[in-house]
Formats: sequence, structure tokens, C-alpha cells
Amino acid sequence: MTDLMLPLPYRVTARRLEATDTVTLTLAPVGEGIGTWEPGQFTMLYGFGVGEVPISISGGDGGRIHHTVRDVGAVSHALCGTGVGGRLGVRGPYGHGWDPDSAEGNDLLLVAGGIGLAPLRPVLTWALARRERYGRIALLVGARTPADLLYPREYPAWRAAGVQLLVTVDRADAGWGGHVGVVTTLVDQADFAPDNTVAFVCGPEPMMRFTARALGARGVPDRAVRVSLERNMRCGIALCGHCQLGPLLVCRDGPVASYDVAGQLLDVKEL
Amino acid sequence: MITNTAYQLLAAHPFLAGMDQPQLNRLASWGHRSSFHAGTRIFSEGGQADRFWLIREGRVALDTHVPGRGDVVIETLGPGSVLGWSWLFSPFRWHFGAATVEPTLTVEMDGKGVRRLCDEDPVIGYELNRRFVQVVVQRLQATRVRLLDLYSGPGDRR
Repeated sequence: MTDLMLPLPYRVTARRLEATDTVTLTLAPVGEGIGTWEPGQFTMLYGFGVGEVPISISGGDGGRIHHTVRDVGAVSHALCGTGVGGRLGVRGPYGHGWDPDSAEGNDLLLVAGGIGLAPLRPVLTWALARRERYGRIALLVGARTPADLLYPREYPAWRAAGVQLLVTVDRADAGWGGHVGVVTTLVDQADFAPDNTVAFVCGPEPMMRFTARALGARGVPDRAVRVSLERNMRCGIALCGHCQLGPLLVCRDGPVASYDVAGQLLDVKEL
Repeated sequence: MITNTAYQLLAAHPFLAGMDQPQLNRLASWGHRSSFHAGTRIFSEGGQADRFWLIREGRVALDTHVPGRGDVVIETLGPGSVLGWSWLFSPFRWHFGAATVEPTLTVEMDGKGVRRLCDEDPVIGYELNRRFVQVVVQRLQATRVRLLDLYSGPGDRR
């Protein structure tokens, strides 16, 4: 039996700079891999000798997995700095994902803030591979600046596949001809039937709260809104309790949760 | 051939959804269709604010001039939005500039005429003011949310 706390060695086979502080690493197993995973699940990525952090899976094929990592702390700094050929440890996959199967027959609305697009990218890949099972698909993306946008090279293919892709930035530069404003302002421009839509929202907690409210104002019930929670996940297997959010252990019961449950918890300070 | 009247254009615009026919008819006498090529400056900061626009298609950028940085875009407005509320309040000067980003179709409204209409017909005046206040509140809330630097995470060093 595999030791659930034992990182499996992976090698970095590609490293793509997404933004000034964000890279996407393609990891291939050196021996045994983590096996199949679902959109929205995460792994514990281990920088040898530095530490371990939870990172959502942003894509993959075969045994290879992609992780998009933002350099915000000591461990993520080490991960981002790992070059092609370097080794990392991977545990997982963990948690409940987006469960895109359960959204079949509905319009699909994805709302991403900043690096929140990374965990949503596999949902989009999933839905586009099963296009006939969903109604309209809209992707709303918000970032601080144009330079902070993730995966812009993939936008043309998404649009060509029929995705309504709306992108906004908080601060435009001279070369930006797109939308300027917070991502919630895109909700009114998206094409979806509020009573027949499942919305997946991922980003920092305030962004998800305000987006859920904007969706509510448009008529999407909280139970049809799912968010990806971010807490201090350490063990990944519901043993240590670091990621407890009220009755939830986010690493086991999340990270994806319905907003009719998560919204009440997120409203409680210091929970 | 385009056959929509000003009344039909107003009736189809989300900003005026739910207003009754007589009210829309009275408003329509102060509106006409207008279109702009991409890159057209609609108004400039500090200029006289005597009109407003209901955007039907396209996109308009609100901007302000910053020395050394040029015209900095603060926000963009798309279909279904209202452009301009400075015509409602003294001193009737634009606080920001506005230029089209894309070819843009609007219904252009005569601000002085609509103000006069609101004075004559308090029911229309109340209804329009209520709708404009809602727009102002939504943009205020969006601005507050942007002040939160929404996309930063708890571990961000920036």
C-alpha cells in the first residue's frame, strides 16, 4: 500500500513563464505516478529541503501533470525556481474537485480571478471535450494587469471552440484594448440562463464572495455556485486539522464547495 | 434598412427596462441614435456635460490624463451600460473623458431636455433618478472592490 504521506518523485519536463511571478511546471513521474485526477483536485508539491504546499492541478495528459505556481512564499519560490530536469515531490491527488459531470445539461459559467484560472482550466478542457453535454460555456477572467493574465496563448483556441471569453484587468497599460474593471462587472455581459446555470468560481476569497453576490443579483442561486476554498492545508488527508473551516476539513471535504454551504462559513470572521 | 425608432431603441435598452410606454415616449423625444467609430473621443474631462448615452453595442473607455502616462483608462463600459451622469448634477462638467474602444452604437440623450422633462414630470424624474443612483451605487461598489486589490492572495508579498 502506498504511504499517503510519502511524496512521489517527479521530474520537471517543461517550465513556462506565465507572468512575472507565475510559472507552469509540467511534471512527469520518475517511477510510480499519482494516478488519475479530477478537475479541481490538488496535490501537495514538495520542494526538497524547503517544504510542501498545496497546488491545484492545472492540466495534464497521460501521466504528466501541470501545476501553475505563483511565487508568494519560500516554498512556492523554490518550486517556481525549479528548472527543467529538476525534481519535486508530489502527493495526491486530494480533495473533492468541481465535479463537472454534475453540471451537465446546464450552461456552464467559469469565473476566475488571478491565479484562480489554474484550477478552472481542467474544467474547461473537460467540458470542451464533451461539448454536447453542456449548454453555453462562458469564461470570465479578471487580473490585476494584462501582464498578470494566465494562459493568454490559449484564448484563441477557447474562443474558436465556442467559449464566450470575457477578460478584464484592474489596471490597463497603453497596449490594452480590452475591458477595464473588476471581474464582477463582467457577470452582466455573460450569456447564460440564470436558472439553468452552474457557476464555478475560483480566486481569492473576497473575489469569490463578491462574484457570488453578483451571480445572486443576476438570479443564480447559491446552490448552483461552487467555489474553491483556500485554507492552510498541510497533510492533505484530513488528519492534521490545519485546514478546518467550521465543520469542513477543506483538504477532504473541499476544496470545492457549494456556495450555499461555503458562503455562510466565509462570512464568519476568524473561522 | 434600420427601422427602429428612438422609442423602440429605448424600450429595448436594459437601463430603462420596466418603464411604461408613455414615459418612454416622452423620453424618446429627447433621444436619437448615434454611432461612433473605434477610437472616437465622445467627451473630454472638464467639458460641458449636456448629454448621456445608452450603449447598445460596442465598448467605451472612461479615462483621465496623467502627465507622463497619457490617457489612463479607469473603466470600460459595454452594451447595456449608461455612459455619463454628470449631466444630472451641477456644475455639469465631465469628471473623466470617454472614448470608444470599438465601433459603438448608442442612443444619445439630450441632458438638458431630460432634466427639463424630469422637472415637469416628477414621476419620470423619480424613476430616472432611481435608476441612475443604482448605476452610481454599482460603480461605487465595483470601485471599492477594486481597492481591495481583489486578485491578491493571503500569502502575497506584493
